[in-house]
Amino acid sequence: MIINHPILGPRDFQEFTYLGDASLIDRPDWQADNAADQFHDYLYLRDNPAGEHRELWFHEQGDRSWLVVTRNTVTHEILNVELARDVARARGRSK
Amino acid sequence: MGKFDNHGLKAISPLGGHEPRADTFTGLLIREVTDRALASLAARQGQAEAVKSTAASYLGGSLPEPASWNANGVFAAWWMGPDLWMVSAPHDSHELMAADLKQAVGDAGSVVEQTDGWCRFDMEGPRCFDVLERLCNANVRSGKAGDATRTSMEHLGVFLLCQTPGQGYSIVGPRSSAASLHHALVAAAKSVI
Repeated sequence: MIINHPILGPRDFQEFTYLGDASLIDRPDWQADNAADQFHDYLYLRDNPAGEHRELWFHEQGDRSWLVVTRNTVTHEILNVELARDVARARGRSK
Repeated sequence: MGKFDNHGLKAISPLGGHEPRADTFTGLLIREVTDRALASLAARQGQAEAVKSTAASYLGGSLPEPASWNANGVFAAWWMGPDLWMVSAPHDSHELMAADLKQAVGDAGSVVEQTDGWCRFDMEGPRCFDVLERLCNANVRSGKAGDATRTSMEHLGVFLLCQTPGQGYSIVGPRSSAASLHHALVAAAKSVI
C-alpha cells in the first residue's frame, strides 16, 4: 500500500502508523451540558463502514505529520490524503 | 578561549571515543562527524512567513523547501517536517547558535538546542548506493544533491542528507543509539563490500 503524502509524495505505508477514525479530530466541548454523553460517544462509538473511511495516520518514520487518509476498506484503495492540520483548521479547531 | 573552556573535562564522541571514528572499506568511508552545532527551529502557528524571513536574514539565505537541505556560508539547514527545520553550524564558532537564532526569530519561532541529541555519520565513496539501499527504503538512486529524507535505519528514525548522489551522504540519527546505527552502517558495508 502506498500513501500519497501531500508534501512528500508517494511513500510506503510501513513508514506510517495508524491511529483510527478521523472523527477523533471532532473532540467535544468539555464545557457542554451533556459533555459526559458526548465524550462517551466520542470515545466508544465508531462507524465501521465497508467502503470509504476517513482515518488518521501518522508519518512516524517520515516528517511526523498527521494525515487524514480516505481509504476504501474493501479494496484498500486510497482516495485522498490531507494534512490533518488543514482538516482540523477547516473545521475551526485551531485557535 | 570561551568562558566555558576551563572545566578540565574532555568531550567524547557519540560512539564514546576521544576522536571521531572512521571506518574504511574499498570504495566507501564511514566517518563520525562531531564538529557541528545543531538547533531546531519551529514556526509558531501562523508565523511561518515571519520565521522564514527572520531566519533567512540570520542564516544569510532562505530556509530549505520540504524534503531538502541547503547551505549558506557556515550554516546548513534541513527540513524536518511542516514548519520545522534543523539548523547546523561549526560547533567551535557557533556553540551558542540556538540562543542567537532565538534572538533572530523572536516570538515567531521556537528554537531548541539539539547539538548533543544527535549523532552524524558521513558516508563517502562510489559504493554509497549499494550500502544505503540495504539500510533504508529511501529512493536513493533517483535522489539528487540537496535531498533531505527522514527515513528509518536499524529501526531508528534518521535523516538522510544527500550531498552528491551516489558519492556523499550524511546520516543523522539519535545520539543515544549511535552505536546501533554505526553497527548497522558497518554491517551493511561489510555485507556489500
